[in-house]
Amino acid sequence: MSTPLLETRRLSINFGALVATRNVDFKLGVGARHALIGPNGAGKTTLINLLTGVLKPTAGQVLFKGSDITTVAQAERVKLGIARTFQINRLFRGLSVLENVCIAIAERLGVAPHMFKPAGRRQEVVDEAMALLETLKLANDASHRIAELPYGRQRLVELAITLGLKPDVLLLDEPAAGVPSTESHIILDAVAALPREIGVLIIDHDMDLVFRFAERITVLVGGAVFAEGTPKEIAANPDVRAIYLGQAGHG
Amino acid sequence: MTGTAPHPAAAALANRHRIGLCEPIPWILLLAFYFVFPRYLGFGVELLTMILFALSLDLALGYAGIVTLGHAAFFGTGAYTVGMLAKHGIWNEPISSLLLAALAAAAIGFASGRVLLRTSGLTLLMLTLCTMALLEEAANLGQAYTGGFDGLDNVPIPPLFGLFEFSPLFPKVQYLYCLGVLFICFLFVRTLVYSPFGQSLTGIRENTLRMHAVGAPVDARLVTCYTISAALAGIAGGLWAQSNAYVNLSTLGLDRAATVLIILVLGGYGRLYGAFIGAVAYLALSHFLAKLYPTAWQLGLGLLLVLIALFARNGIIGLYDRIAASLRPKRAPP
Repeated sequence: MSTPLLETRRLSINFGALVATRNVDFKLGVGARHALIGPNGAGKTTLINLLTGVLKPTAGQVLFKGSDITTVAQAERVKLGIARTFQINRLFRGLSVLENVCIAIAERLGVAPHMFKPAGRRQEVVDEAMALLETLKLANDASHRIAELPYGRQRLVELAITLGLKPDVLLLDEPAAGVPSTESHIILDAVAALPREIGVLIIDHDMDLVFRFAERITVLVGGAVFAEGTPKEIAANPDVRAIYLGQAGHG
Repeated sequence: MTGTAPHPAAAALANRHRIGLCEPIPWILLLAFYFVFPRYLGFGVELLTMILFALSLDLALGYAGIVTLGHAAFFGTGAYTVGMLAKHGIWNEPISSLLLAALAAAAIGFASGRVLLRTSGLTLLMLTLCTMALLEEAANLGQAYTGGFDGLDNVPIPPLFGLFEFSPLFPKVQYLYCLGVLFICFLFVRTLVYSPFGQSLTGIRENTLRMHAVGAPVDARLVTCYTISAALAGIAGGLWAQSNAYVNLSTLGLDRAATVLIILVLGGYGRLYGAFIGAVAYLALSHFLAKLYPTAWQLGLGLLLVLIALFARNGIIGLYDRIAASLRPKRAPP
């Protein structure tokens, strides 16, 4: 196997006496479709926070394309190509959908520090943002403020912002959380249609989604890797069934 | 969207920075003031410096969301820079003095911002207050240079461009000079606000965590914004010192910092003309209320602020927007 895009080596973090992540060895390959599952409090979001640099590990390493990025700051990791969505929307609520996406694209293109030419006249930024909204079927909402949108469409904007960063690795923290089931298929379709070259790690509690989408699954329990394998292997693993799938009503 | 016509949202964004129909009105009014109220030009000068000061605060507080209660630190730095340089015979040419005031205030803004802006909320508020208090105390103690508690009076200001004399009794020159400086500073702020930099400041105000997550160097942006805002406040302070020909501790006081905050809240923060409307409303109201009820005029002002805070969250401009929006017929969805 070639060098993985993103890799952790014996990654650990303690919050006081609580070990939230314990010796996690994890690899995400180019174009991966990887799911991270586990019961509540298993440390899934903590792992994403460690991968994105929001948290600094107590021990262990994070590597991106083979080089050690453990001490690299969050904003720098984004520039390297690691983007994420949040479990709860973190959007610019007072701004339009288009502006939300433009802000991300302006950062990526290095336009954002410029102080003179109006933002709306940065054609390369606006055009790219519109094209992205077009592919996510958000173009009709482009001029709406986030606060005016239903939650499901807000989740799509969350995805649009991260795609505007043109990441190599995309970490999706429960992309359909809080979305009514009648609308969730819109999010799931968008996730399924993500460009193939992006390596995707998705956290979700929806087992249908996980087993449909993922080509590899990692099960976290108590901050440690409990099992890893293809969806078939995970589904057939009696320990996993006992500990996790049973609880989720899949057993 | 295929074809050549841009999407309405993109077109709206592209045209947002265009000069609106109402935009010349405040400037026409400010110019008209000069001709209509020649006896009130002293009041007018006070008004113009407060507008500029409030505009500088708007950049930091309204656009970038930096919660500060110590903005008079920069106003005072500017005022003392002009006052001390002139009083001690070092430099007093008006326009270059203003630039020096901007530089000095920017230096203080940059130095304090690098430390303060790592914090947020109440901590930030208290630290900005402390910075101002430290400067005020320094000005109080450095009597040999700053005149201490009495400040510096009779600061010699030479004629503008060597031609136009500043007169404390008939401040015609001061008024037009302040108006000119305000206009230039306003154009600068206006450009900044609509630029990608300004957009990223709004992003930081709206959601700091998301700005980190899109890879923005949030702290550096905030320090840049704070430094620019400090420089503008320094220019306002410099103008104040030049037009009054004195400097005292009031330029660095909490009173002034609170007043400018009230002005911005009254007018509407995060809006280019909030500073204008707020300053006019505040100064006019305090002027008339003080005449009507010399002993209890601040009560009226307090009541108005309570009403604004309760019913018009975005100040007078916000109130106007809400009324205008409710009168406009709803557009049918496409």
